[in-house]
Amino acid sequence: MSFQPIKFYQTGTFTVGNRLLAPQERSVQAGEKRYNSLNSGHRACQGCGEALGARYAIDAAMEACHGKLIAANATGCLEVFSTPYPETSWQIPWVHSLFGNAAAVATGMAAALKVKGQHDIRVVAQGGDGGTTDIGFGCLSGMFERNDDVLYICYDNGGYMNTGVQRSSATPPAARTATTMAVGTEPGNAFGQGKFVPAIAMAHEIPYVATATVADLRDLEYKVTKAMSIRGARYIHILVPCPLGWGTASQDTIRMARLAKETGVFPVFEAEHGEVTAVLKIRKRLPVEEYLKPQKRYAHLFGKQPRVDTIAHIQGLADKNIRKYKLLEEGI
Amino acid sequence: MLKQCEGSHAVAEAVALCRPEVICAYPISPQTHIVEGLGEMVKDGQLKGCEFINVESEFAAMSVAIGSSATGARTYTATASQGLLFMVEAVFNASGLGLPIVMTVANRAIGAPINIWNDHSDSTSQRDCGWIQLFAETNQEALDLHIEAFKLAEELSLPVMVCMDGFILTHAYERVDMPTQEQVDAFLPPYAPRQVLDPAHPVSIGAMVGPEAFMEVRYLAHAKQMQALELIPRMAKEFEAVFGRTIGGLIHTYRAEDAETMVIAMGSVLGTIKDVIDEMRDAGNKIGVLGITSFRPFPLAAVADALRHCKRFVVLEKSLAVGIGGIVATDVRMAVTGMGLKGYTVIAGLGGRAITKKSLHALFDKATRGELEPVTFLDLDWKVVNKQLERERQHRRSGPVAENILRDLGVVAAKIV
Amino acid sequence: MFQVRIHGRGGQGVVTAAEMLSIAAFEEGRHAQAFPSFGSERTGAPVVAFCRIADREIRLREPIMEPDGLIIQDPTLLHQVDVFSGLKLDGYVLINTSRSFEELGIGEVAAGRRAQRRPADRKCSLPASELALKHIGRPVPNAALLGGFAALSGLITLDSVIAAIRDKFSGKVADGNIAAASEAYEYVKREMREDVHA
Repeated sequence: MSFQPIKFYQTGTFTVGNRLLAPQERSVQAGEKRYNSLNSGHRACQGCGEALGARYAIDAAMEACHGKLIAANATGCLEVFSTPYPETSWQIPWVHSLFGNAAAVATGMAAALKVKGQHDIRVVAQGGDGGTTDIGFGCLSGMFERNDDVLYICYDNGGYMNTGVQRSSATPPAARTATTMAVGTEPGNAFGQGKFVPAIAMAHEIPYVATATVADLRDLEYKVTKAMSIRGARYIHILVPCPLGWGTASQDTIRMARLAKETGVFPVFEAEHGEVTAVLKIRKRLPVEEYLKPQKRYAHLFGKQPRVDTIAHIQGLADKNIRKYKLLEEGI
Repeated sequence: MLKQCEGSHAVAEAVALCRPEVICAYPISPQTHIVEGLGEMVKDGQLKGCEFINVESEFAAMSVAIGSSATGARTYTATASQGLLFMVEAVFNASGLGLPIVMTVANRAIGAPINIWNDHSDSTSQRDCGWIQLFAETNQEALDLHIEAFKLAEELSLPVMVCMDGFILTHAYERVDMPTQEQVDAFLPPYAPRQVLDPAHPVSIGAMVGPEAFMEVRYLAHAKQMQALELIPRMAKEFEAVFGRTIGGLIHTYRAEDAETMVIAMGSVLGTIKDVIDEMRDAGNKIGVLGITSFRPFPLAAVADALRHCKRFVVLEKSLAVGIGGIVATDVRMAVTGMGLKGYTVIAGLGGRAITKKSLHALFDKATRGELEPVTFLDLDWKVVNKQLERERQHRRSGPVAENILRDLGVVAAKIV
Repeated sequence: MFQVRIHGRGGQGVVTAAEMLSIAAFEEGRHAQAFPSFGSERTGAPVVAFCRIADREIRLREPIMEPDGLIIQDPTLLHQVDVFSGLKLDGYVLINTSRSFEELGIGEVAAGRRAQRRPADRKCSLPASELALKHIGRPVPNAALLGGFAALSGLITLDSVIAAIRDKFSGKVADGNIAAASEAYEYVKREMREDVHA
């Protein structure tokens, strides 16, 4: 009898993937004994990509270090919806200090553990794109430069969502936010130089950098697990769609993340010491319109007079990602 | 053991004796020698069991301290002036979270205009941040207060700022009596945190607190400072028992017994003031000194008690409540409400302007004769001030104030005073 | 209380000189306070440092306005900075130079005003930079000047100066500075004897 390998990939739910796999190959989240680090009862919006990503990421991290994990969290959606006074949904030691200092607080935590000889306890820092790419950027770079033993996870939904959807330096060009309204001759966010923190992390040549999305949750778990096997500064940047901020249906969160990947808008890869080591290839390439159309934050690009040039510009950026990170299989 | 060394060095050695576990700091004049000293001690192995972290900003320094202290490590940092301001968000955060961090503030003026010399504007600008603030008069007191600070902070679960005059104390060589490791160990036990990030007992630290409970949480911070009013004198006695000398406490007085005039101040200027008081006492003047060591919590009762029998008081301070007058003076006035005393505020020494015996003599003489204005700016060059005011009246584009004044003063590099 | 003011330029070890002077006094069991008049680090700019020595605790913090002793590490300051400001009538003056006070153009100033002549045996020129070059290999005159000042004023002994140098420096650098200070001490002692006999 000949065997033909069949690749499973998620389209709608995980059930297909897990049921047909041996128990040890199932996702961490599928396990009954998972830590539930971010427990149910938190106040995230319906369809929140960040809650999904955090749940997977932190449980994977806990699994990897046998439950010996302490976390620093920047101010933001995750911090706010996970600790609504007087409750907390965190089952792990967790500290929230300020908006811009999660990386520095984590540095301090790692230093304390080191000096006390508690090598088995690990540190994770979490922040949104605002807390990471903008206000927390200095501290993040400092942590990278010192190679502190911290895994920093950035949940990127492209804006300051918790305060009402304002623009951050991670907001994609042309997107509507409360501070880049879809009005005037150049509606939406400006086309700047971009600020792709994973690339900046790579420029620091830290041991491990990875991007991920909530469309490939097993890939996310794998990357977190891998990161936890490494000592030193590590950075994982997760694309987490925000139904409210993006103007998408709450059930489309995973689909939107997949579209971001399949159009090349968001490259999914791993890098070590500044060099790309693995890439999650685009399975079936799509034009960027497929990604932009379902999002109300891009509605001003469509309608009676579509902004063809803007869309083409965005397509150009996606093309550049595909070339730069080699997102397509050879020969396509 | 007696030694002759720089104030910064004495403080570094004292901090090292306290067995800090994490030291994180960003350089700023005039704190640099303290941190450099500690860095060297860690690197050459003299100070063991300590992680020394070079951070990328003062904001990072206090943030690293927060993370470290929350994880159960005895943590220390140091800053001054602009650096203190840069970390203010984290400074409030540390006290709000109740983390027993000890920080040296090498008092320096705040800009603009940029000024690296001593005054008390930096720490007094943070008087409401919830930290305990202790002011050292000498390098001996500076090193002793750091040892006391760790114990005080850890007992209260409140961070402590030890303030020492930048350059005047930090860069001055004087004789100090350095304690032994045994003495410090006898006084300061290992850090036992009230809250700690421990996988065996998970807690969430730093959650949002809404209107339902915020007032109560903040009242408790206030209550803690009130506790400090009791604890600080008690701790001074404990310190004396181990080290054989008196330090700190909330306040101390000098030749105050029958004083009709009391001079109140903080920090190193007390030394110069005491010399002047001796001379005035020799001339028959009934004048005394009240030195405030604990600026926060402000010892209202102790100050009122010390001023009970005098007729008038002069608050001489190196800080300015712009538009009002004195910062320390305002607190002193609160202490003596209803006591019928005549009070004078003197703003002196801003940005490192020397405070001389000669000027103080003249000042205190005027005070005893009741001839002082309510607020005096000591040794102010009124000519220069008025010239600038006139300039502004005449021209819209009158130019940057500081540069105009410097030009009016001429070459100043050669001036000593 | 004896107050010494040291003038020089950044990079000449003026601050170290004041510190070493304070250490020397400490070695003799006295109280001493040394501090700089500070600016940001800057080589070549005028620098002043102060040292007070007394037999009881020194509480005073003001800059020294009426020095009992003056050490001038760089004669190029003489016409730029009012180094003699406040010098006590019987104050000591030691200048780092191979020239005389008259040759430097400060004979009158150093001698004092008309009716108040300064004692001649309180001032001395000392080629400290040359001594430093000779013994240390670099023209850093501070240690030599302290040796010279010990001889001029008797404020501290040469042994104390040497102990202070050992406290600050080590190895060859310490040896060189000690040699320079010792030769400076002998030089000034000789100059003073010659002055007396003159």
